[in-house]
Amino acid sequence: MANPILVRAQTAHGVTTVACLVKHPMDSGFVKKAGKLIPPHYIEVIEFTHNGKTVLTGFWGPAVSRNPFFSFAFKGGKKGDTVGIAWVDNKGERAAVSAKIA
Amino acid sequence: MNGSISASRRAVLSAGAAGALSALIARAAEAAAPAAADAKLYPTAAFGAKTEVAALKLLFGKAPKASSKIDLGVPEIAENGAVVPVTMASGLPNVTAMALLSLENPYTLACAYRLAPGTLAHMSSRLKLAKTTKVVAVVESNGALYRTSRMVKVTLGGCG
Repeated sequence: MANPILVRAQTAHGVTTVACLVKHPMDSGFVKKAGKLIPPHYIEVIEFTHNGKTVLTGFWGPAVSRNPFFSFAFKGGKKGDTVGIAWVDNKGERAAVSAKIA
Repeated sequence: MNGSISASRRAVLSAGAAGALSALIARAAEAAAPAAADAKLYPTAAFGAKTEVAALKLLFGKAPKASSKIDLGVPEIAENGAVVPVTMASGLPNVTAMALLSLENPYTLACAYRLAPGTLAHMSSRLKLAKTTKVVAVVESNGALYRTSRMVKVTLGGCG
């Protein structure tokens, strides 16, 4: 898969804000297509790290929108530090990306 | 039933001692790549719950108190239930976990987060809402659970 996560990490006044856009269908298992239910397919765990240390672990259910946008902030973080995002979905598919704080 | 956030955290911490070496090797191998997300942490039972009380019991093992110190930002009217922007923030001290629930969805729990110390209790995401519903934000602060709720009117249902 091409890199399916877009990340923007910026730091100001000692607080780093991370915004990401994850490309994923997030099928809930309740939608029918041509009379058949599309099976559930959604991200279950998404992990955010700063220089390899976890800052936030997210657990998502099928109620999170398709191609999820998510943003949060943490204290600390300098320009050039690495922010990592990794997810795993209910089918065991994974993706990970890292970006530098701007 | 081992889906509670604090329970899985304990599991991770104890597994961490044994797995530290392999984790180090794994980290060296993926140098620039971030730590992998661990599917075993997923609180499956809580996400299968159909009521707020059941979901919170499975997730946190306790019931929340109402609090005015949680800001839940939702639109009053959502035209498209498939993409409803939701923000939650809290001024409560030592926030260790946050969760969002939508009471009318097939499964109540929408998302849950575990915060490391230093991570701010402020986040924004987008949810699917099946129909007009109460959205509940839950915050764990200093080991106690707090909640606040807001009504969202959904014009076009979006459970999917």
